[in-house]
Amino acid sequence: MKHKSLVSITDYSKAEYLKVLEVANDFEKNSYQNLLNGKVVAALFFEPSTRTRLSFESAINRLGGKVIGFSDANTSSVTKGETLYDTIKVVSNYAELIVMRHPLEGSARYASEIAKVPIINAGDGANQHPTQTLLDLYSIYKTQGKLDNLNIYMVGDLKYGRTVHSLLMALSVFNANFYFISPDELKMPKEYKMYLDKIGLKFIEKKDIDDTINEADIIYMTRVQKERFSDPIEYERTKNAYVLKSDMMENCRPSMKVLHPLPRVNEIDIEVDSGPYAYYFEQTENGVYIREAIISLIMGLK
Amino acid sequence: MKNNKLEVSAIKDGTVIDHIPAGHLFKVINILKLDSIDNTITFGTNFLSKRLGKKAIIKLSNVFFKDNDINRIALVAPSAKLNIIKDYKVVEKKIVEVPDEIQGIVKCVNPKCITNNEKVTTKFTIEDKKKIKLRCVYCEKITDIEQLDTI
Ligand SMILES: [Zn+2]
Repeated sequence: MKHKSLVSITDYSKAEYLKVLEVANDFEKNSYQNLLNGKVVAALFFEPSTRTRLSFESAINRLGGKVIGFSDANTSSVTKGETLYDTIKVVSNYAELIVMRHPLEGSARYASEIAKVPIINAGDGANQHPTQTLLDLYSIYKTQGKLDNLNIYMVGDLKYGRTVHSLLMALSVFNANFYFISPDELKMPKEYKMYLDKIGLKFIEKKDIDDTINEADIIYMTRVQKERFSDPIEYERTKNAYVLKSDMMENCRPSMKVLHPLPRVNEIDIEVDSGPYAYYFEQTENGVYIREAIISLIMGLK
Repeated sequence: MKNNKLEVSAIKDGTVIDHIPAGHLFKVINILKLDSIDNTITFGTNFLSKRLGKKAIIKLSNVFFKDNDINRIALVAPSAKLNIIKDYKVVEKKIVEVPDEIQGIVKCVNPKCITNNEKVTTKFTIEDKKKIKLRCVYCEKITDIEQLDTI
């Protein structure tokens, strides 16, 4: 991991996932550790994402590092037409690590080939957001006490939701059982199902949230966005079918937890927040520890 | 029998590329950059072929390819066969092989891919050699044979 960029979740092995979780657990116990000791980290946000940026900045600050960068391409030289190539070349002279978010897919991989310092991908379009996936793994591990052989229930937009694709890839090395619940238009893409077939993992596809929810260890909710539907009437008809409500979970396992990458719109009823299953706000807190862990492992400080 | 062959110019020394799917002739020309060489080139297309329906043939005088170079056409002409000609005789026959990785040549199908928005040489790993599925090293999306567009 040392000096190696983190662009895709599959850049790491199972052993490396477990290492990140172990170090994150250490940071959770003691979050302020001056390991970066004034070292400079660049945070280049070519598109705004306040939540992710603040989580990274919090992690860097807790590690005693300094942050340079921009939070939006409009305030940077990018608006003057500078190429990504030039920006990365220049910034890698100023910082020892680059955290970047960019609307174009593959931009982080490309940057990792150009930069002489490691890159952490904080989201490249609809492609990858590996620190989100690792914090999801950490949340699952913390709430279930293990990662192996879990029943994972994924609900909503499984077609465009990059978080569910990356989480599927990560959990596939832990022998997960998957349930995919989505409208026809937003089903899990074929390539992921073929991959699960190939490695011999079971999955069940359904259109509705039904009794199988009682077997779930994790319910991973995603947003069903109107603009994803070719037919707006179809959206109106289906949107309410993918809203999680307290009464649906009456017979769920006591240890079951509901996760959501946030921000949510209406896909989890507010009532669920105060119940025993909600975990999505704690999930974001875990992001800071996970990012501290990833940064310190890449910088060779742990 | 004789009429089925491209006899216009039997070549003394060079390479004959046979069994190119007719519809991909110009892609092959493009990939091998045949438009920028000075050697004599003859090509014919829409010959009847039992296996391909319609096929194309290219004859190149005094051109000999390295395996790495010729394998680049495997994406658009996986069934292509090469005859190496020396002194009017076939001295060697070769088939093309789909490589494990491919650089340049092909465009990524994803309009939001960095390679379609900045000057980046495309790079793919071959996910499926039979059905020709290419995975973009950058955006990780699959480009398959029907979507294949050469640069
Ligand atoms: Zn691409």
